Amino acid sequence: MLEVKNLHVSVGGRKILDGLNLTVNDGEVAAIMGPNGTGKSTLSYVIAGREDYEVEEGEVLLDGVNILEMDATERANAGVFLAFQYPLEIPGVATMTFLKAALNAQARAKGLPELQTPEFMKKVREAATKLGVNQDMLKRPLNVGFSGGEKKRMEILQMALLQPKVGILDETDSGLDIDALRIVADGVNALRAKDRSFLVITHYQRLLDYIKPDTVHVMAKGKIARTGGPELALELEKSGYAAFTGEAA
Amino acid sequence: MNKPVLQRARTEAEAALIERFDQGDRRLVGATDLRAAAMQRFADAGLPNRRVEAWHYTDLRGAMRTAALARAPETATLPLARQCLAKPLAQTDAHRFVIFNGAYNEELSSSGPLPAGVTVASLASALATGDADVLDTLGVRTPGSDDSVVALNTALMQDGVVIRVAPGAKVERPLAILNLMTGGFAQAAFLRSILIVGAGASIMLDEATAVCMPDATQANEALTVVVGDGARVDYAAQVAEQGAQSVALHSLFVTMGANAQFNGFCLVPTAGLVRRQIFARLEGEHSTFSLGGLSLLRGKEHADTTLVVDHAVPNCVSREFFRHILDHEATGVFQGKVVVRQHAQKTDGGMKSQALVLGEDATMNNKPELEIFADDVVCGHGATVGQLDKNQIFYLQARGLSRGEAESLLLEAFANEALDLVADEAVRARFAGQTEDWLAHRSGR
Repeated sequence: MLEVKNLHVSVGGRKILDGLNLTVNDGEVAAIMGPNGTGKSTLSYVIAGREDYEVEEGEVLLDGVNILEMDATERANAGVFLAFQYPLEIPGVATMTFLKAALNAQARAKGLPELQTPEFMKKVREAATKLGVNQDMLKRPLNVGFSGGEKKRMEILQMALLQPKVGILDETDSGLDIDALRIVADGVNALRAKDRSFLVITHYQRLLDYIKPDTVHVMAKGKIARTGGPELALELEKSGYAAFTGEAA
Repeated sequence: MNKPVLQRARTEAEAALIERFDQGDRRLVGATDLRAAAMQRFADAGLPNRRVEAWHYTDLRGAMRTAALARAPETATLPLARQCLAKPLAQTDAHRFVIFNGAYNEELSSSGPLPAGVTVASLASALATGDADVLDTLGVRTPGSDDSVVALNTALMQDGVVIRVAPGAKVERPLAILNLMTGGFAQAAFLRSILIVGAGASIMLDEATAVCMPDATQANEALTVVVGDGARVDYAAQVAEQGAQSVALHSLFVTMGANAQFNGFCLVPTAGLVRRQIFARLEGEHSTFSLGGLSLLRGKEHADTTLVVDHAVPNCVSREFFRHILDHEATGVFQGKVVVRQHAQKTDGGMKSQALVLGEDATMNNKPELEIFADDVVCGHGATVGQLDKNQIFYLQARGLSRGEAESLLLEAFANEALDLVADEAVRARFAGQTEDWLAHRSGR
């Protein structure tokens, strides 16, 4: 279970999150929607442990443990996974080398033995096939020269391999065509499980046609302005965010 | 009235080097006129210092206050040299020529027949017999001979290897020239080797410099490579085992005929003070000169790569790609100059130097230069100095890698992109292994 309690965050003296509260239960898929510049990506980065943000107040609890005291590595090993809006290109690092380093790092953190190469290859190949990630992509340097869709599929592939407790999808739908969106959504849906929760950050209802959320939260001005069921997303699609931002649509 | 001539006072090191020459040394055989002229040039110029533009970032006069003159004992320790040779200094299957404490050493060199088409002599014997080719190569075919470190090498050269490859010979087995010094005391070596590759021939040459007991050694080495028409040379050099007070100076001269290829790479994973200077001259059309390098420096290490590529004829290609990783208080220098002469139309030149500066007190000096007198050329250069990308580090950490692991992975990637230039897989693997060792030492693994 992920609980965000009274989270206040600023960057360079500018307040971004202003007392945000949010609970995502095990097995729940929570969608966060909201206009541009309201702090959705900040929330995802703060949970994943990116530096550069000043947490002024509040807690982020993963199964009751405050992860704000951990660095990004420890959070990842505790089960937080952020699928980046803009996955980083890492020239010179072969995708397979990276995947192996990540899997082994998490295995070590859990006190498990590192994967043997054949076992690792098999695991990656199976997961890759499901996501339409071809062998050629796996041989290339991580995300270098990948299309927007390929990068997003690579993020989901990593999530499938790392099996996190909480998956945060930061605008995973941005830059995807309709076919790629379906592949990515299918990949996420396949990972839905009783003990795994998701935080799906998006501007649009469209992604939620493919990844059906249990709850929908509207974020505005650095906090959750309204919480509801899937019907709230449909309502927003019609009425826009004006009611939450205080601006004309 | 005569004008007073201002003469700079000689440093202790300069005076000792000149005295060594004047007193005569039984090891300085042959090439008398060449040596005398070179010593005169050295005596006039002295050791290079910051006022000499090509040495602006490496003040050799300041760094080399005394000249190491001690000679290795006659009973120089061969077992020590053998231990040193067990390190990955060259390809395991290479036919190696070992110069130990300034003299060609047959016992340490490979026995057995030379690859077909290859003939070898020691420099000392070639000079003693007045080998005309060798004298010609040392005199005429040495661009950059106004450099005083080169002059010093010419004046005091003791020994080296002269390798000739017959025209058309495709030599599969690599050759290696290894300079070993006992170390353990202030010792100097002045070495000159020559590789003359006949038309249409091909050869791979490894070269390494190592000090068995790293100490205040001073090595001044030079290698002249003459690449014949249609010939190909693959060259892989490395600096190994240097003491903090060691000075390792290396000058590489490459002259290329027509339709020739030279692919070189140099790994510097350790340094006291290392200076590698390269003077390449493209003298025949449709030739390609390519040179890469990777320097990994820590502590107070200082490594300088200075190169001049001279396009004297049209239709040639040159590529230079160098990377530095600088930790602690280390200093890296890259100075690259590409000269395109007036008639050298259709020249294609590209030069890049990139550095990652990790240590707060580390320094990188990048100076790329283009000097173009022709009007129909494609030439470019780029130089960057930066730090590790913190967004990339965060991305890797967000997948569970520790900060140290993330940094190592990114540094390895940065280094590997330079090593990718090494065409031969075995050489690349050897250099990659040393890069991994360096990174492992850094992260305390």
